[in-house]
Amino acid sequence: MKIAIASGKGGTGKTTLATNLSAFLSESEKVVLADLDVEEPNSGLFLKGDLVLEEVRYKMIPKWNEDTCTLSGKCREVCNFNAIVQLGPRILVLPELCHSCYACSELCPSSSLPMTPQRMGVLKEYKINDNLTFVESRLDIGQEQAVPLIMQTNDFIDLNFDNTTIKLFDSPPGASCPVIEVTKDVDKVILITEPTPFGLHDLIIIVETMRELKKDFGVVINRYGVGNDDVIDYCNREGIDIIAKISNDRHIAELYSGGDLIYDKVPAVRDELERVKSYIFSEGEGM
Amino acid sequence: MRIVFTAKGTEWDSDMDPRFGRTQYLLIYDDKTDDLVSFDNREIDKEAHGAGTKTSQRLFDLNPDVLITGNGPGGNAQSILERTKVEIYTGAGEMTVREAYEAFKNSKLPKY
Repeated sequence: MKIAIASGKGGTGKTTLATNLSAFLSESEKVVLADLDVEEPNSGLFLKGDLVLEEVRYKMIPKWNEDTCTLSGKCREVCNFNAIVQLGPRILVLPELCHSCYACSELCPSSSLPMTPQRMGVLKEYKINDNLTFVESRLDIGQEQAVPLIMQTNDFIDLNFDNTTIKLFDSPPGASCPVIEVTKDVDKVILITEPTPFGLHDLIIIVETMRELKKDFGVVINRYGVGNDDVIDYCNREGIDIIAKISNDRHIAELYSGGDLIYDKVPAVRDELERVKSYIFSEGEGM
Repeated sequence: MRIVFTAKGTEWDSDMDPRFGRTQYLLIYDDKTDDLVSFDNREIDKEAHGAGTKTSQRLFDLNPDVLITGNGPGGNAQSILERTKVEIYTGAGEMTVREAYEAFKNSKLPKY
């Protein structure tokens, strides 16, 4: 079972839900939580455990071999990302535009662009308790592409955790490539929002994205009680399942600010997580 | 001296295009022959990635002495252009091409 926690708007509670839900589910299930917000992973602030694995991760980038190049121009012609330019007798590769598609390298008539590893970040695995594992990938400062590291982290999870483990993915905010990469292969997506005009605006964008991907999804409303009823009206109108509502509560904010989990201290939050658990285990209807 | 302008049209009275990578046209002026020719760059709209490097490649192939533009190139374009001899002047994004040329001649544009 693979579940992604996403949101259109940032700061609506993805990490709060992901960390609390993973700990709550681990009371009865094997769970792995992967923080795939690789540009700024922060689930680790709330889940403390023993570091069991630390791996440097690399992506493959073509490296120009000046000595063998015949200046055919094929590389710059086939690159869909404009990551290669030809400046007179010199080929220049722009690593931040390269999508590691290998086209230039494979099609070069003189094999002058061998793919070479370039460091992009670090993957860490922590044991939180007997049932809960936490995996965090963190992009190096200066790296611009989140997707390759997200892909490798997904592969790591697939390789190391079998189907008896519930796999939770804490997504980056927004609705662009990194979010697509996180959500495209999961069984269900939980969209968390806040009941404000900004929350609704960005919720609509991510709902439309999930429909395009034909995902089964439901909505959790966080900080319920602020703002207005427009998010609820929208979900009702669109036939979208509102899975749970987490109240706007100063006590919750204080626990969060201290880096604490909430569900074990605020019974109402545990009740809402129980609803989320029911959604996860319900038969998918598809949207 | 050959000068390239980023522009929204093909005439001296056309507005400058403040963008470098996604400029609609490149106008090339040769002050020896007084010729103004244009290169249609509007295909760049189809590029999701690397507009700056693609236009930089075009600029390299045009091989001018001076580039006059608005905002200046982004990081990727910059890393290409610094390997060429072209001198870059910015701050002409709100002018017409003619005004930008006059401003350049009168040393009113900041060098990038």
